[in-house]
Amino acid sequence: MILIRNVRLVDARGERGPADVLIGEGRILSLEGGEAKQVVDGTGCFLAPGFLDLHAHLREPGEEVKEDLFSGLLAAVRGGYTDLVSMPNTKPPVDTPEAVRALKEKAKALGLARLHPAAALTLGQEGKHLAPAGLLREAGAVLLTDDGRTNEDAGVLAAGLLMAAPLGLPVAVHAEDAGLRRNGVMNDGPLADLLGLPGNPPEAEAARIARDLEVLRYALRRSQATPRLHVQHLSTKRGLELLREAKRAGLPVTAEATPHHLTLTEEALKAFDPLFKVAPPLRTREDQEALVEGLLDGTLDAIATDHAPHTLAEKEMDLLRAPFGIPSLEVAFPLLYTELHLKRGFPLPRLVALFTDGPRQVLGLPPLHLEEGAEASLVLLSPKERPVDPRAFASKARYSPWAGWVLGGWPVLTLVAGRIVHEALK
Amino acid sequence: MRHLLDFQGWNRPEVESLLDTARVMREVLERPVKKVPALQGFTVATVFFEPSTRTRISFELAARRMSADVVSFAAQTSSLQKGESYKDTLLTLEAMGVDAYVIRADSAGVPHQATRWVKGAVINGGDGRRAHPTQALLDAYTLLEALGTLEGKKVAIVGDILHSRVARSNAELLPLLGAQVFCAGPPSLLPQSLPGVHLTPHLEEALEEADAVMVLRLQKERMEAGLVHLEDYIARYQVTERRLARAKPQAPLLHPGPMNRDVELEGGLADSARSLVNRQVQNGVAVRMAVLYHLLVGREKA
Ligand SMILES: [Zn+2]
Repeated sequence: MILIRNVRLVDARGERGPADVLIGEGRILSLEGGEAKQVVDGTGCFLAPGFLDLHAHLREPGEEVKEDLFSGLLAAVRGGYTDLVSMPNTKPPVDTPEAVRALKEKAKALGLARLHPAAALTLGQEGKHLAPAGLLREAGAVLLTDDGRTNEDAGVLAAGLLMAAPLGLPVAVHAEDAGLRRNGVMNDGPLADLLGLPGNPPEAEAARIARDLEVLRYALRRSQATPRLHVQHLSTKRGLELLREAKRAGLPVTAEATPHHLTLTEEALKAFDPLFKVAPPLRTREDQEALVEGLLDGTLDAIATDHAPHTLAEKEMDLLRAPFGIPSLEVAFPLLYTELHLKRGFPLPRLVALFTDGPRQVLGLPPLHLEEGAEASLVLLSPKERPVDPRAFASKARYSPWAGWVLGGWPVLTLVAGRIVHEALK
Repeated sequence: MRHLLDFQGWNRPEVESLLDTARVMREVLERPVKKVPALQGFTVATVFFEPSTRTRISFELAARRMSADVVSFAAQTSSLQKGESYKDTLLTLEAMGVDAYVIRADSAGVPHQATRWVKGAVINGGDGRRAHPTQALLDAYTLLEALGTLEGKKVAIVGDILHSRVARSNAELLPLLGAQVFCAGPPSLLPQSLPGVHLTPHLEEALEEADAVMVLRLQKERMEAGLVHLEDYIARYQVTERRLARAKPQAPLLHPGPMNRDVELEGGLADSARSLVNRQVQNGVAVRMAVLYHLLVGREKA
């Protein structure tokens, strides 16, 4: 039994408290205190349901030099995540039920955050032949995606949406038109022209979203069950507008945005540092404002990290050759808590929803709220500010575009079904 | 100045002082003994991750004429990827006591990145599409020799502007000296914008009353990427005797080399009286001597 005393409660429904939260048998037993062996003083802190990350690259199997299940899932719990969806673009890609089971079993034995593997939509993520969706679902895959690549063949994506629909699996897309994006390494526009870096235009994202929405309409018309499309790491104002329109029209589409697109812009590339090289690229302030609007009005369902670790040596290559990706599992919540909530007054319950019920809904999971009887997957967050120190990361990617940023809202206690998986109370 | 990366944040007096030094160096190069002891004891490394014999030789000659020691490192970036990184390479050279690094790479930003790793001076010897500042300096020097001043002068730059570091550096530098820069090229090879420069898909607009014309090399890769058709380019953008009639009489002609004769430039023009191509090469050494002088003299040796 654990008692968290005098703590404010925040979940998707709102903010209340202080309360004394009694935890036992993996559940919240009471919000009015009780006897417990372990008592945590929650004064000044707030408690939220455990976070779910829809989008993390944990690199196992095959690229354990960048990250593995242990380092990745430890990073997750330190970031307040109790559940995490791993992307299948490993080496080899996760496209067999055996691979899904192996990941789940290994992760379970680690006893950190719970792993929900995403599986490849197509064999080898080559975009040509569908992977065995039904078998992958049975093995425990929660989502199908060829992320890491783009789905160039619209017909294959359509078939994938049709196959996934009765299984209740969302199909997630990295929406960028490969032809328009070409070899772009940063947002296309005057700054890319000035810096002499190949540009990846916002229209590449919008064009692909527009196409995929038509593919979804097609699948919807052809299917008895509801096909669900999830747009990953949305980065542009125009893409957001297309999504808003589609949602208004009632299309079964969901979308996520990343901490980096929400807190950084293309201006960061002026330093010619590949730490800021990511796909889709960091955009303009205007795009960022539109994304924040989208978080507020529900066009965006979730904040997902797109945690994409690489070795420091790879990130010290030049901008043409360094791989795309930014690691953020350990800083995602504090970043948005500080940059959106503290600095801009973004409502805290909505922010928490974007880390909890929002992503849960994308996967078809029920909401998780702070109430008697609820599963005790929880995160205790401290307002105490401290600078981001990548050297202390659990992730193998010990660098960060946010190094030195002073943030509050750090997770100091993470519980998965009542079990403490991360503790930094001091 | 600590490094020479590009001309962002530069002002006119800084550029003029550098060009004044280049004038002194040009005189040195006219002497029977073309050598001064100014950089004795300094070590200059040319670090070329992309091959360019002309630029490398020009820098090495410049360093030797100033009595600096010269080491040269050349490697394809493809071999770097197999293990040794830019950073390792530069730190190895630093351990050997290098004072200045002339860095050439096919990616924009490598010289900027280098300044985060080494203590010595970094000179951009050309980085991707980004910048080639010593080329722009030698172009400016050559134009000043020919025109006396750049104040109010119209300079046309013609060709593949989008992928050209020479165009970008000249677009930064020449307006600092008072020039009006017009960049003309096929629409698929033009950037959306370049600050302080007039971009146009109409060659005639750029050549009209131009005081000088700079022709860029058209790379084969652009045709391979399907961005432009070679014959269409030649038909519409090749700088010819006839088209040059729009420019001021005897407007000088520059080309950064190496040249594709009869592609971007009508063959005979390269050897005509208008052409300053050889003068550019000669001035390149003087300008690079001046850059090394400004960066190293007064600096503590490594
Ligand atoms: Zn992606």
